[in-house]
Amino acid sequence: MGERHDLTVTLTVNGKPVTKTAGAHLSLLRWLRDVADVTDPKYGCGEGVCGACTVLVDGEPASSCIVLAAQVDGASVTTAAGLCEPDGSLGPLQRSFHEQHAAQCGFCTPGMLMCAHAMLRDADHPLTRDEIREGLHGNLCRCTGYTDIVDAIEDAQGAAR
Amino acid sequence: MNGEVRTSKLEELRVVHQGLARPDQAEKIAGTTRYAGDLSYAGMLHARVVRSQVPSARLTRRDASAARAVPGVVAVLLGEDVPNNDIRVDVPGQTVAVGALKATMQVLATERVRFHGEPIALVIAETEDALAIACELVEVEYDDLPVISDPTEALADGAFEVHDGGNLLAEWRIDRGDVDAAFASAHVIVEDEYRTQFVDHAYLEPEAGVGWLDDDGVLTLRVATQVVEHYRDVAKILGVPDSKVRVVAPYVGGGFGGKEDMTVEPYVALAVWHTRRPVRMQWTRNESLLARAKRHRNVMRYRTAAAADGTLLAQDVEITSDAGAYAYLSALVLLYSTVHACGPYRVPNVRIRSKTAYTNNPPTSAFRGFGGMQMVLGYESQIDDVARALGLDGAEVRKTNALAKGDRLPVGQELITEVWLPQTIDAVRERAGEMPSPSGPRKAVGRAIASNMQSYGRLVWLNDSAAAWIGFQMDGSLTVRCAVPDIGGGQAASLGQIASEVLAVDLSRVSVHFGDSALNPLAGTTTATRQLLMSGNAAYEAAVMLRDQLLGAVAAETGHPADSLRMEPGEVVGPETSMPLLQVLQLCRRTNVPIEALGTFFGPKGTEVTRDLEGDRIFPDFTFGTHLADVEVDLDTGEVRVLRYIAAHDVGRAINPMSVEGQIAGAAVQGLGQALLEDVVVTEGVNMVPGLFQYLIPTATDVPDIESVILESGEGLGPFGARGIGEPPIGPPIAVIPAAIADAVGARPTVLPVTPERVLSCIAEARAQEG
Repeated sequence: MGERHDLTVTLTVNGKPVTKTAGAHLSLLRWLRDVADVTDPKYGCGEGVCGACTVLVDGEPASSCIVLAAQVDGASVTTAAGLCEPDGSLGPLQRSFHEQHAAQCGFCTPGMLMCAHAMLRDADHPLTRDEIREGLHGNLCRCTGYTDIVDAIEDAQGAAR
Repeated sequence: MNGEVRTSKLEELRVVHQGLARPDQAEKIAGTTRYAGDLSYAGMLHARVVRSQVPSARLTRRDASAARAVPGVVAVLLGEDVPNNDIRVDVPGQTVAVGALKATMQVLATERVRFHGEPIALVIAETEDALAIACELVEVEYDDLPVISDPTEALADGAFEVHDGGNLLAEWRIDRGDVDAAFASAHVIVEDEYRTQFVDHAYLEPEAGVGWLDDDGVLTLRVATQVVEHYRDVAKILGVPDSKVRVVAPYVGGGFGGKEDMTVEPYVALAVWHTRRPVRMQWTRNESLLARAKRHRNVMRYRTAAAADGTLLAQDVEITSDAGAYAYLSALVLLYSTVHACGPYRVPNVRIRSKTAYTNNPPTSAFRGFGGMQMVLGYESQIDDVARALGLDGAEVRKTNALAKGDRLPVGQELITEVWLPQTIDAVRERAGEMPSPSGPRKAVGRAIASNMQSYGRLVWLNDSAAAWIGFQMDGSLTVRCAVPDIGGGQAASLGQIASEVLAVDLSRVSVHFGDSALNPLAGTTTATRQLLMSGNAAYEAAVMLRDQLLGAVAAETGHPADSLRMEPGEVVGPETSMPLLQVLQLCRRTNVPIEALGTFFGPKGTEVTRDLEGDRIFPDFTFGTHLADVEVDLDTGEVRVLRYIAAHDVGRAINPMSVEGQIAGAAVQGLGQALLEDVVVTEGVNMVPGLFQYLIPTATDVPDIESVILESGEGLGPFGARGIGEPPIGPPIAVIPAAIADAVGARPTVLPVTPERVLSCIAEARAQEG
């Protein structure tokens, strides 16, 4: 157990600047959840396997449980709540998730959405179902069996084109 | 919807039976749902359990002094600090050899540990950091004891006793007809042994909760649980009246039976009780994998006799299950295995012997399918072997032997609803069409079906009941109160749908308050595929009572008979009259007619079982289904790819077809995980799967689309003729995958999970048989 010290970190979370002083050793996930009370990214495994903590860091998906908040000081972080419209209603990808029944217990959903969002944004061609599945392989879901999630992403892709 | 719905005799419904996107899902997708680990309170402390590093030992020293000295540590509790440290479990029916056994486990072990991960101390600290440091400093010394790692070893004469009094926890027997005579007259006899593995629930949300003391001295726990009624168990541990503990279940991040027994509850409660401050506990994934009970490992020895036309004559089944270190629900899980052992088939002569034994492995308890699902591997493999031995089509043999309404199960229970097993078989086969071709020269494809039955509702002698309250607001909107925990299956939303249907109130104006043991009528556990049957019927009853109250008030006022009136959106309508809803509510107020109602539904009753199971009804009813899988096997590597997966179940009536499809698809994939990937490897009592790197659940690339076919006989015991569907679809995958592999390579895997190594063994076995 080494010496622990505090560090001030500023992140833009879903468009709002947040500055907090907390342990330098805190993961981005713990910083968001326990320090900034941004609780939609979830703890599922703590070792970057399950994807429940996926957020966008400067637009790129990252497992926030294995990134230190201090490492990304100054970055812009987007969570699932950041995909909502300004009035708080569901954004297009979220609406597809809702209509296609892509969330059951919902615990994997915030991470799943961030992965799907980046996947669709970066696609240079309409993704096949297999390509969507490939893109989701780092995000585990134990409730849906994935079919409805693939449907939702396919649906959102169709709506966007 | 990826599937289809085939229905019969449907009454006119407005809201029920619609595929509705649920309101809870919208909140979850927006990221605003606060799960058990998402709330924090001012002044909140953090707590963690220190666990045994070894599977079997006497505790020679437990020293918390160094941990207590860590700055920020508020307390370290040991077993001696727990008011009532012993948790006792009833093991019913064991009146002969085992005796009316009371199984005991401790909240915090004081003298002896029996599994790797058993709780020994509870550390409470101001910060997570102090907590982490202090947990490392709790000193425990162990005097190792022998490790019993297998139930067969546990039951051997002179085996080291995991618990004083012997390792046999429970046994059950079913005897029906003359088994020996039936085997003697059989045209064909098949036999084999099947083994299933320890499986972890692996929901995405590890166990978590927050507790605090309310102003009135009520200890409140807001925890991820399937059972808010554990407030009684917590009260017992603390030695306080039941009325002084309240359990609130927010939306739960997956349950599958893993949050049926208590997890964080006793520890959060003790920490709050001791410190009088809010406390949060969140298990790490490692803790979740270590500490929580698993699915039972079963060894199932089957012998089946059949006539030349495929008619089943007799079955002789021996089941041995691994109860792990503590009783939990093992006796009941084994009872389910025993009753479901012959599957959805008419077997006139049956002998079943089952035993569950203590070992030093992780405890085993409830998991979706609850002992019934392991047996699908046994009875479906046997029926395929019968068909093959006789040169018959497996689907036809299934249909020949399928149970029907009016038949009795081996245990004696009469089936009182239609059995649409043949329809589910036809449904998957019709949908499947042509077999796919292999993708290369060293690949082989195979197709198989597997059918199953699984009970819904609790054992009838447990005297199950559920209550729900529905009340109109004066603006015409509707409030539903029911303590049902919602673990992601839409348990709360379906109550809103039922209320909306009966009372003609738009769903957007219905609010459902769920999962609170103090403020809502108790509805029992979200387990055993019982909530739609139980709380669904309770809500239906409350809604009908409330409707009749309103119609009665209008009848009294207008002189029209009540049975000529009906609720329509926004009004009560009769042949020559109508009255706006708001006016009806005012009328009720003026004439002292309540605008709320409490419905209580009592489950079917029966007498308590004895070890020798015979006689009568044991479950409320059963759900039947058939799955079909196409697989491709790589003949060089043994890798199995599932190409196509179709699942058909008769759900009686789909309250929300999207939720039904979600249950079918999710259970099918969880079953595919057990069939192909998952294994809680335990070596000499040591749990070898510390995380999700080692414990592999299916990813999106491991499984195909699940195509569901929803059949609706209208014959279930739930509201609108619904059957339960939460557990049933998890059974067929563990049988259909080995069967499809057998179809591809010529030999059947009998041990789960079917790893590439085991597939290669099958390929070698098939070659040896050919040569």
